[in-house]
Amino acid sequence: MLELKDVSLTLVGDKGQVEVLKEINLTLKNKKIYVMTGPNGGGKSSIGKTIMGIFRPTAGQILLDGMDITQKEIYERAHLGIGYAFQQPPRFKGIKVRQILELSSGKNQTENLCDLLYDVGLCAQNYLDRELNASFSGGELKRIEIATVLARDLKVAIFDEPEAGIDLWSIQRLTETFVNLREKYDMTIVIISHQERIIKLADQIILVAEGRISGITSQEKILEDIRQLDSDCRCRKDCIGGGLKNAKCDR
Amino acid sequence: MLNATDKRLLEEIADLHSIPQGAFNIRKNGQGVERNTTVNIDIITKKDKPGIDIIIKPGTKGESVHIPVILSEGMDDLVYNTFEVGAGADVLIVAGCGIHNSGSKKAQHDGIHEFFVRKGARMKYVEKHYGEGDGKGERVLNPKTIIEVEEDAVAELEMIQIKGVDRTVRDTEVRLHKNARLVVSERLLTYLDQTAESNITVEMIGDDATAQVVSRSVAQGTSKQLFHLNLRGYAKCRGHIQCDSIIMHDARVASIPEISAYHSQAELIHEAAIGKIASEQLIKLMSLGLTEKEAEDTILQGFLK
Repeated sequence: MLELKDVSLTLVGDKGQVEVLKEINLTLKNKKIYVMTGPNGGGKSSIGKTIMGIFRPTAGQILLDGMDITQKEIYERAHLGIGYAFQQPPRFKGIKVRQILELSSGKNQTENLCDLLYDVGLCAQNYLDRELNASFSGGELKRIEIATVLARDLKVAIFDEPEAGIDLWSIQRLTETFVNLREKYDMTIVIISHQERIIKLADQIILVAEGRISGITSQEKILEDIRQLDSDCRCRKDCIGGGLKNAKCDR
Repeated sequence: MLNATDKRLLEEIADLHSIPQGAFNIRKNGQGVERNTTVNIDIITKKDKPGIDIIIKPGTKGESVHIPVILSEGMDDLVYNTFEVGAGADVLIVAGCGIHNSGSKKAQHDGIHEFFVRKGARMKYVEKHYGEGDGKGERVLNPKTIIEVEEDAVAELEMIQIKGVDRTVRDTEVRLHKNARLVVSERLLTYLDQTAESNITVEMIGDDATAQVVSRSVAQGTSKQLFHLNLRGYAKCRGHIQCDSIIMHDARVASIPEISAYHSQAELIHEAAIGKIASEQLIKLMSLGLTEKEAEDTILQGFLK
């Protein structure tokens, strides 16, 4: 179980100090899939990165199975069983897919690596000995990134927009993988996503906006809300007002 | 005779754990100590100056030549080696220089290697430079490599220098004839206050010649690196230079790629980049459980592979 207690985060950027997260309180249980959704820039990735230790909270506490991990380094949290699949993973010159997956799993078993790549829709034969360099397309890189997290023995796995850049056929395969993870392991799964198919996997939906948890709801409720928006306004997808009820337009 | 230090140096520069198979010539402190020739590969001591001629018969396939040089004391060593790779041959040549300098005198090895890769031949040339020893004496290596790649021939060069060498100026000159191909991969790591300069000039004088030069380096400490990679196209040819450096601490790196076309169908590209290790790469590896130092080492090892 992972708990965030009054977690706030202030980052210093070009425009000075920005309050990115404001008093976040969350309790995430084992064997559950949580989908975090909400507008861009609302703080979803920052919550994920704060759990991984990439950002250190300015206030509040993070507890993993009751242990305070607020001051732990990234690699210490990794050893404790927290993993994070990046939204925009980096490329590495000279590092092969095999090596990054072995670093992830801590094991040296080609057979498992094949299964891992299969789970993200890639053929091991074509990929294991390829360097993770600029020759990788965005979608391929993203799949390898997801595989590096699937390779690990985790308590908390965070996937940051795993569907981005991945074709629809593979999203189906990916959603099955997430369901398997939930069923087979005692894991907390957090997926940051806007994809309907992924929202449908959720045991709970966490809505994040303006650095706060703006609601915790069910997938039925959120899907109903989206349908409602769609029926209220057919231009919603292209509309700068985002189809909001109070948007000023001529409908 | 070779002692334990010599054997370790040999292992570093030539991946040799014992006396190699095939043709070889081991030079220690300015003297030839062991040599072996084969039916197809002859090694002859030059009469007019220090050095050897390595003559590989046309059509020789799958054989290798090892010509390591080791220095274990302060001295100046200068050799001229000439390689004749006969038409249609396919060979591996492993050269390299290891210096163990535990004294206070400078140990310097300047080698001039000249290659003739004859028509249709393939040569892979691996050159590793390595220095060790706790003495204050400087370890200096200045290799000069001149290669003539004839029609339809292929030359592949792997030039590696990781730490250990205090001062180095590497000059490489290659001429490519009709349909000849060159692949160069250079790897360099300097630290402390070392300096390294690498000048590579490739002239493509025959139609359909192709050249690919990839140089990757890491500069640490207060070391300084200078790269001057120069590609000249005098015919319908294609060439690509890529020069990529990771800079750390207070090091300095200057990368000056130059491409010149003297023919309207010459296609030349250069790319050069200098930068620190990307923080996204470090964070990714740390999120897999590596400490910052381990992540850094993993990234550098991959980069220099």
